[in-house]
Amino acid sequence: MQLTKLTNLHTNKVPNISAALAAATCALLGTLPAQAAGPLEDWKIDTSLMYYGETDRVSAIETVINAEKDFGDEHIFVGKFVVDALTGASATGAVAQSTVQTVSRPSGAGTYQIAAGDTPLDDTFKDTRVQVSGQWTQPWSDNSRLSSGAQISAEHDYFSAGINSSYAYDLFNKNTTLSAGLALSYDIIKPEGGIPLPFGLKSYSAGPGEDDVGDDDAYENDDDDGIDARRADNDNKTTVDLLFGLTQVINRRMLMQFNLGYSMVDGYSTDPYKVLSVVNGLGLTQQLLYENRPDKRAKTFAFWQTKYALNNGVADISYRYASDDWDVNSHTIDSRLRINVGDNSYIQPHLRYYQQSAANFYQPFLIEGQSLPEFATADYRLGEMTAYTIGLKYGTQVNDGDELSFRLEYYQQSPKNAGFAEPGSLQNLDLYPSIKAVIAQVNYRF
Amino acid sequence: MKKTIMKFAVLLLAIQAIGCASLGVEPWERDLLAKDEMALDAEGNDLGLDDHIYFSKEGTSGGRAFAGGGCGCN
Repeated sequence: MQLTKLTNLHTNKVPNISAALAAATCALLGTLPAQAAGPLEDWKIDTSLMYYGETDRVSAIETVINAEKDFGDEHIFVGKFVVDALTGASATGAVAQSTVQTVSRPSGAGTYQIAAGDTPLDDTFKDTRVQVSGQWTQPWSDNSRLSSGAQISAEHDYFSAGINSSYAYDLFNKNTTLSAGLALSYDIIKPEGGIPLPFGLKSYSAGPGEDDVGDDDAYENDDDDGIDARRADNDNKTTVDLLFGLTQVINRRMLMQFNLGYSMVDGYSTDPYKVLSVVNGLGLTQQLLYENRPDKRAKTFAFWQTKYALNNGVADISYRYASDDWDVNSHTIDSRLRINVGDNSYIQPHLRYYQQSAANFYQPFLIEGQSLPEFATADYRLGEMTAYTIGLKYGTQVNDGDELSFRLEYYQQSPKNAGFAEPGSLQNLDLYPSIKAVIAQVNYRF
Repeated sequence: MKKTIMKFAVLLLAIQAIGCASLGVEPWERDLLAKDEMALDAEGNDLGLDDHIYFSKEGTSGGRAFAGGGCGCN
């Protein structure tokens, strides 16, 4: 994912006076600052370690090292290194059943069982991702800056490479900044077991199954070798992003930013691990079919953010409206309130609310005997949903200006039924279970 | 959506026009705005990690920055 910030271009920072004062004080006292020498001198390093854990599902550890250096005259380099490791189980898209279900693993080798009443999860979900990016920003004229960067992200079944460039122009005594940016990325998807056929059959059997799903189970539907039909080894997609921004200083305390974005995705956009259940009139699963999404998606969004300097802190609130031609429309409100505690510490509550409508090809299951739609997904992430996050951060200065901070948050997603009738036994099952997650993070900045 | 964008563009222009008249500060009034915590990308690591989580778990991405492609995260 590209997280390259246009906002770097919008910060009209004054030189770091406190650092200069500290240096002068040290000189006066005849001492040297503790970190005066060394290879990291002049670098601003921000490190984070985050844990993300869902109840009974995915958990992740992610580390981030962000290093920034001003080479003089606002020629700034930012390098970022991210490693994350995921493990646990992820929803497959299949519906719960009132009996045990047996499903093949993504690789096609082996099977696993889903308990009665449980949402089917793929329990083999495991991945490590490494991401490296670099961004160079420098003045282009007295009133403008240019920023360009590149990024690579790799995991065992996914590779992404991207470049971006943004131009920012200051007006009215630097009280207004206009910007325009372009980002391109190229992704290669190489799922375990290959790219499944659209609506291809996935090995499945109702009931406890046997060691090999290829055996003659009642609902056995593969071609007797336990391996699902595949159309290719890998596929790819390209993404073009346009971003236009306006930053406006309102007064001595208030700053606003407006962004308008347009994003065009062209290529394989299906999740190769997701399926839909085909159920009969009694709500009993007969088959599992791989999902199929359109290979084009055009997204637009509008983003507004305001920061307000309080006497003892900062209020930060943002709103985003996003809409796309899959009909996923969303509203996001995000707010943080920093409250300084004493001279060196702060606490910061965080609240976020998110709401999205379902994609026009989302459906929780397929009905046996009905003709297949052109596209369909049962991935709850493209269904109707609300989500909220509530969190608290505590930060404190240590060792002469370094900052140590901790963040603890709770995130809950509540998928909703977007008006789909549930046949038979499905009515007694929870097809839209909530997902609850805890986020814990430590930061150290020096 | 085009309507929304048009409305937004008009709003931006309106704010821009007001900007000429009464918004903004003089360079010597930037004491508060110049604080680290007032930068729009303050807490960059937090924002990046949040974007990654929500990109992986929700149907929408981007806003603050490029929406982008980039990971097969579930």
